[in-house]
Amino acid sequence: MLRSLNAGGRGGAFVPPAALVRRHRAWTDAAFRAALTAVALLVIVLVASMLVQLVIAAMPAIRRFGAAFLWTRRWDPVHDVFGAVTFAYGTVASSLLALLLAVPVSLGAAVYLAELAPPAVSTVLSFVIELLASIPSVILGLWGIFVMAPWLRRVVEPGLAAVFGWLPLFSGPAYGIGLLAGGMILAIMLLPIISSVSREVIRAVPQSQREAAYALGATRWEMIRRAVLPYGRTGLIGAVILGLGRALGETLAVTMVIGNRPQVSASLFQPAYTIAAALANEFSEASTDMYVSALIELATVLFVISLLVNAVARWLVWRVGAAPRGTL
Amino acid sequence: MVGLAGWGGAQGDPVTAAAAPRDAARRRMADRVMTGLTAASTLVALVPLASVLLYVVVQGAGALNWDFFTQLPKPVGESGGGLANAIVGSLTLIALASCVGVPIGILGGLYLAELGDGPLGWWIRFTTDVLNGVPSIVVGVFVYTLMVVPMKRFSALAGGVALGIIMIPLVMRTTEELVRLVPASLREASLALGIPWWITAMRVALRTAAVGILTGVMLAVARIGGETAPLLFTAFNNQYWQTRLDQPIASLTVQLYNYAIAPYDDWHRQAWAAALVLMAMTLTLNMTARLVGGRRTGARP
Repeated sequence: MLRSLNAGGRGGAFVPPAALVRRHRAWTDAAFRAALTAVALLVIVLVASMLVQLVIAAMPAIRRFGAAFLWTRRWDPVHDVFGAVTFAYGTVASSLLALLLAVPVSLGAAVYLAELAPPAVSTVLSFVIELLASIPSVILGLWGIFVMAPWLRRVVEPGLAAVFGWLPLFSGPAYGIGLLAGGMILAIMLLPIISSVSREVIRAVPQSQREAAYALGATRWEMIRRAVLPYGRTGLIGAVILGLGRALGETLAVTMVIGNRPQVSASLFQPAYTIAAALANEFSEASTDMYVSALIELATVLFVISLLVNAVARWLVWRVGAAPRGTL
Repeated sequence: MVGLAGWGGAQGDPVTAAAAPRDAARRRMADRVMTGLTAASTLVALVPLASVLLYVVVQGAGALNWDFFTQLPKPVGESGGGLANAIVGSLTLIALASCVGVPIGILGGLYLAELGDGPLGWWIRFTTDVLNGVPSIVVGVFVYTLMVVPMKRFSALAGGVALGIIMIPLVMRTTEELVRLVPASLREASLALGIPWWITAMRVALRTAAVGILTGVMLAVARIGGETAPLLFTAFNNQYWQTRLDQPIASLTVQLYNYAIAPYDDWHRQAWAAALVLMAMTLTLNMTARLVGGRRTGARP
């Protein structure tokens, strides 16, 4: 703000370019307006043509399998039989698992950074956590393969099996690579997103809410729980759904640790497969036209789901007027 | 933005006197426990970051050498070699993507700031946010059907377009925000001098916001520089030098991915080295943009 004022206020910046003024005609403004509008409309054209192009390319598969694609379990490139269930399951299960792990931690961190931490600590830690968001997915995947997965295999999974082994969720051999690893790597990617959006939402809660709670004799935590969090509820839900949108479409890191086996298993230790991972692995090696078309149909499904999820999230976050910069 | 100062001092416990002492003690305890728990979650959020940084730096530094920057990849079984072509490839792809993403993003953002208050502006803003949420791999599939199928081959151009599409919403929303910050008085001063609106928009509004927009572009470059998914079936990969833009081209990210999932120790070392180079690039861009541009977290207008 200050910077822009200074830049503009520097003396002599606005000597009227006489030649330009003289030559000015109303049509230049109109033309410029039209040009800007055309460029901006390009975005709508782009998104619309994405949808159309994907549906057209998926048409052979849509015609062949119809709606059954969505509930067929078999994925058999050799016989040209394709169904999306195992991938949809992997995508949804890994995303929900990621939310389960990431939401409490990110909300806790957001509350601490927005309300409780000393300002200097808050500034530094917020910055550092946001750096986590800038680490490329493929690097997290590399770390996942060589650091996180062995740790899961040696420490976490045997531990969980020893305590909760009687649950089907935690049964079977510990591979390290699998649904749990996929969910966990996703959770790590969601942490900075959910916590920074939540932090902005919490900061957007009016000061009067806090003062009112204090005036009624609330402790600091009671103020947060009774005044701040309920007031920001819509935005916080929006933050979580925004995270869900990211999780559903995240590709590389998940592909590298989830095991990539199209199956539906009750155990978190078992390998799974997501839609995005199937695209990453199989697209460039798809041998038949029907195979390619089925993969594009998977992409279309992913596209439509992420459109819906994002639209809902943005609507919720917009409603509280706390759309944070850069993170969205 | 609501300031946080001002209530920090008012947190004395006005309730203690009125409530039963035991109740007050319990509530104070709850307050402390929750403060501790939220602080602990912040720490938990930092652990993976620390671990990733540590491993990438330690493993990467051990594997990085001069050859990495000057040599081509060696086939399996031969040790050594480097990723010179992938580094140049990544830079090429970023340049191509910027040719697509920066002009469209800046002009689109200027539209949103200057003319975007009507219903059309609302829809464009909404679509921009939606585009930002489209999974990058879906963008890759889209560009595959759009360019790779008609051209009948993977190409650097297709990779650049895919990354460019991902850049558009990032640059557009930053530009809008920063152009909106330019005070109306500046515009009015310019218009009052008889300068046409379009020159005012380009030379006053856009130029005043230029530093901020530049940092926004840097953040967008950092983001696409780390993208792998949209390149897998657009730019594909290449083990050799490639100067033609209509041919497949190597990139650091795709090469890193291929090395990481391969079963050879030598390739794993190269993957860590690539990760270190990539992360150094991403973090440098990010920190420069945020510190120089003053776009620190929470520093909202």
